[in-house]
Amino acid sequence: MSFFTSVDITLGEKLLEIIYIVIGLITIYTGVKNARDKENPARVGTAVFWCSLGIVIAFGRWIPPIANGVLIIIMTIPAIFRKVKIGKQETPDPEFTKKMSEKLGMKIFIPALSIGVFAIIFAIFTKLGALVGVGVGIVASVIILMLFSKENKPQVFLKDSERLLSTVGPLSMLPMLLASLGAVFTMAGVGDVIAGLVGGIIPKGNVNVGIIVFAIGMMLFTMIMGNAFAAITVMTVGIGGPFVLAYGADPVMIGMLALTCGYCGTLCTPMAANFNVVPVAMLDMKDRFGVIKNQVVLALILLVFQISYMIIFK
Amino acid sequence: MELIKLSGILIVIIGFALKKDNILIILTAAIVTALVGGLGIVGLLETLGTSFVANRSMTIFILIMLVTGTLERNGLKEAAAKLIGKVKGASAGAVVGAYGIMRGIFAAFNVSFGGVAGFVRPIIMPMAVGAIEAKGDEPNEEHVEQLKGMASGMENVAWFFCQVLFVGGAGGLLVQSTLASLGYKVELLDLARVEIPVGIFAIVISIIYYYLKDKKLSKKYYNKK
Repeated sequence: MSFFTSVDITLGEKLLEIIYIVIGLITIYTGVKNARDKENPARVGTAVFWCSLGIVIAFGRWIPPIANGVLIIIMTIPAIFRKVKIGKQETPDPEFTKKMSEKLGMKIFIPALSIGVFAIIFAIFTKLGALVGVGVGIVASVIILMLFSKENKPQVFLKDSERLLSTVGPLSMLPMLLASLGAVFTMAGVGDVIAGLVGGIIPKGNVNVGIIVFAIGMMLFTMIMGNAFAAITVMTVGIGGPFVLAYGADPVMIGMLALTCGYCGTLCTPMAANFNVVPVAMLDMKDRFGVIKNQVVLALILLVFQISYMIIFK
Repeated sequence: MELIKLSGILIVIIGFALKKDNILIILTAAIVTALVGGLGIVGLLETLGTSFVANRSMTIFILIMLVTGTLERNGLKEAAAKLIGKVKGASAGAVVGAYGIMRGIFAAFNVSFGGVAGFVRPIIMPMAVGAIEAKGDEPNEEHVEQLKGMASGMENVAWFFCQVLFVGGAGGLLVQSTLASLGYKVELLDLARVEIPVGIFAIVISIIYYYLKDKKLSKKYYNKK
């Protein structure tokens, strides 16, 4: 409790911590619901995964780092053995959706857009931060939806979030795990080793050459790995940091655009199956590369645009 | 023997390229790097725990799910279909372009309508094919195949380059935490702001490219004077 009463901690941090507790509880609910769900083929694994994750999210601040680390390892075990499954799900009743859509029409966009609107308003006009804005936007969105229909009860929201969370499953933790891997790389001094290696190839101190190598490297690494999130942690630590940021380039611009340079790679690789291969099947296309072929030209134009943008405004 | 510290990176690259289990790859890479980098098991667990708690902001998507499913239940997709349905008398390429604008604007607010399976296949493709028929032509198979590729491409480009405009999206959060581990503190709002020109350029250039490509294909297959 001392955390919430302390005057040294900003209101924004306290509110954010409450948001994490709510997120953690939703996650733990997902675990408990599946543990009791007889239709789930892997009740124990599913429960272990979501509950240990939920505990770290909700109460991690008060748990010693090493215990959090152990909980994370426990969480990954059922995921690796594919024992995190989807149980019984109540998908939306098409009749209800049709009825609501006729009643609401375009008004449904109000709660849909409120989250983003609140995030921007809070980021610009308050010291509480964008994420608290997201939280407030969600509260607003929930209230508006409840006013729209009596059938939008609290348990409907909870059940719907469980349904979506179970559907995305353990892979939704990929960005967080990659960020942690990045932290391990940094702690172990991986960046320094790459910097030493690449230093022989890239002339030190030439920021523009650094930017070009970083951008093209992001694109190529993403094509190989099929995932820009995986590429950005490795590339920022190895190339972006020592060869671009160390010479005073703007970390906001370089750090962020590197990710979207990676997305240019995502557009060009069959490794990103969700975006480039699955649609081929879903749309009954004949050419397996039919989606990629329609994206390569755009990807290259966008890469050149972003490199120029970085070089001019770094 | 400094090079051995890179074995973790090698594991990530090879692992993802061979499509091994993603979480297993990351865990293996973390363990190997921690051992060869001198962190040891205790150091690994502490780094993992600290970093995970520091990066909890990335779980904000779970909170957003609290309304995503219920929005869907209350007719979000149907409303989006009605909105795009207002585009009348356009060519197939223009239908794809109009979808790009709509998809891009909503992506900036982190609102999605179901991607290729949920929206392009049931709504955009019939509209695009309908646009060819409205001009009195029999849709050519190869033209429709190309339109499918263009619609998927529009879907991907708009989502990738406009979702980064959402303050609190996964991309910005990952960049923020990666930069933080290198000692640079950046704000989510600024990360979204630098992407505005990229997002707008991406949508505009895609619309032009697909519009022209569709025009060229229409000439080739329907040979109108």
